[in-house]
Amino acid sequence: MSLLHLYRLPDEPWPLPLPVIGSTLSAGFPSPADDHLDPPLDLNRHLFRHPAATYLARVRGNSMLEAGIHDGDLIAIDRALTPRDGHVVVAVVEGEYTIKRLRQQGPRLWLEPANAHYQNVEITGDMSFTVRGVVTHVIHALPPTC
Amino acid sequence: MFALVDCNNFYVSCERVFQPQLEGVPVVVLSNNDGCLIARSDEAKTLGFAMGEPYYQARARLQQHHVEVFSSNYPLYGDMSRRVTQVLTQFSPEVEVYSIDESFLDLSGQLYLFPDLADCAAAVRAAVRQQTGIPVCVGVAPTKTLAKLANRLARHTSTGVLVLNTPEQRAAALAATPVEKIWGIGRRYAPKLQAQNIQTAADLAAMPEAWARRHLGGVVGVRLWRELRGEVCLALHAGGGEEADAAPVRHSVTCTRSFGRPQTGLGPLAEAMATFVERAAEKLRRQGLSAHLLTIILGTNRFATGGPHTQTLVLPLTTATNDTGALTKAALRALRQLRQAGVAYQRAGVLLSGLEPAGCAQLDLFGASAKDQEQRQQLMTTLDALNQRFGRSMVQLAAAGTAQSRQAWSGRQARRSSAFTTSWDELWTVG
Repeated sequence: MSLLHLYRLPDEPWPLPLPVIGSTLSAGFPSPADDHLDPPLDLNRHLFRHPAATYLARVRGNSMLEAGIHDGDLIAIDRALTPRDGHVVVAVVEGEYTIKRLRQQGPRLWLEPANAHYQNVEITGDMSFTVRGVVTHVIHALPPTC
Repeated sequence: MFALVDCNNFYVSCERVFQPQLEGVPVVVLSNNDGCLIARSDEAKTLGFAMGEPYYQARARLQQHHVEVFSSNYPLYGDMSRRVTQVLTQFSPEVEVYSIDESFLDLSGQLYLFPDLADCAAAVRAAVRQQTGIPVCVGVAPTKTLAKLANRLARHTSTGVLVLNTPEQRAAALAATPVEKIWGIGRRYAPKLQAQNIQTAADLAAMPEAWARRHLGGVVGVRLWRELRGEVCLALHAGGGEEADAAPVRHSVTCTRSFGRPQTGLGPLAEAMATFVERAAEKLRRQGLSAHLLTIILGTNRFATGGPHTQTLVLPLTTATNDTGALTKAALRALRQLRQAGVAYQRAGVLLSGLEPAGCAQLDLFGASAKDQEQRQQLMTTLDALNQRFGRSMVQLAAAGTAQSRQAWSGRQARRSSAFTTSWDELWTVG
């Protein structure tokens, strides 16, 4: 059985600050410090290192399913980060936005889906291609099970 | 050293960030209500489309050239402008937002990081481009007036940046700037100067100071003349634009709109009027002011025969108020007087004037009691708080109608792109 501690949600839904309890839960004597809550946590500040350069987007399709990115999920995209091999990126290929994993080996560059039903796309010299940002977070809602 | 950072064709650039297929094709953005062209991509400029050209006149040619046309999307432009400003603060703690697409920076502190300010300007440009996707030009110079001038010339360089550091660079830039393009000269002075054979900024800077004082409006003219010669007269106002010198005393608050299509019925006109009052009253309360006078404005088609046609009616209010209810009641009474049956109105609006700080109004002998007034005030405060929290017009007087009924008179925005960055419902999607 797990122990749940219910937090009061703040009035403002976004940004969402959550109170943090100073002491770890232990049986017995409560910490007197629990009466003095630290300032609420701001999820925005915690997650997004470059707020000006961070954009939220909604994912369409399941090409990144095995990376835990589902159709309809929210993703956070940071345009200030330098994309590297292995990053999940949002790129523009031939005038269209796409989300894929960036792969680089020597001079070769390709976009790799995380779903067996999709193909790798190799980036060749005659393609128009730019990486527009690195995907830093996926926000996936868990559907209620009952 | 000051930098002026100016976004290239800002509204078009915002559209392109989220719609990459628009790169390289001609794009225009229309004003509120799809009235005229307010932004053009370079390709559309090349095709000869003019700033401010009425849409109905340009429509056939736009189709002929396959130009992509967008209604203005201010939620998107506002958010992107905020992001550009935030990126600029990485380079200068002080940023003066001059307009939605222009900011001044103080680069003094950057000299230690960038001995050559051209590198700094290039870094600013690259950072804004990477983090927001918006292309900008950067002009750097010892005064704000010269930075503005450098920025204008930077648009025609391959790098998009121009630094005026040495006397030689300054002289060349002044000689390359027509007098009517100088910041602050404007249409009023340009013909006068040209008539006296002053054609360029260099010609103007070569005149004696006393001449500038006499012919360019005294102190203001001297300031401009000195700034052109590299002497700082205009300081950076971090945060605010032109109004930063002194918070302007507001003389009026207004809200006017053109209708999507002409309106004759009292119903839609009354709803529109109530909506405008709601906006204007909100502005008043935000500034802690009350109004003594309410003016309502009705306009018929400017292009119809009979020339421009605007009718107004001014109602003095018994006591100064910023209460949406009281103001709406007055506005609707005025509307019933002013409106002529059968006339189709193209525009309507309200103007609240005779402003004074709220809370020092005299009580009206026959008006509401102090207790009633206190309750009304409480109601308005609550209303503002609710709308602040849940979005504009979430709670409003029934007189303002419903979102659905407002469709009848609200502005045309037939081609607006999504509010990609500010609305959950219209969020950017990536496949």
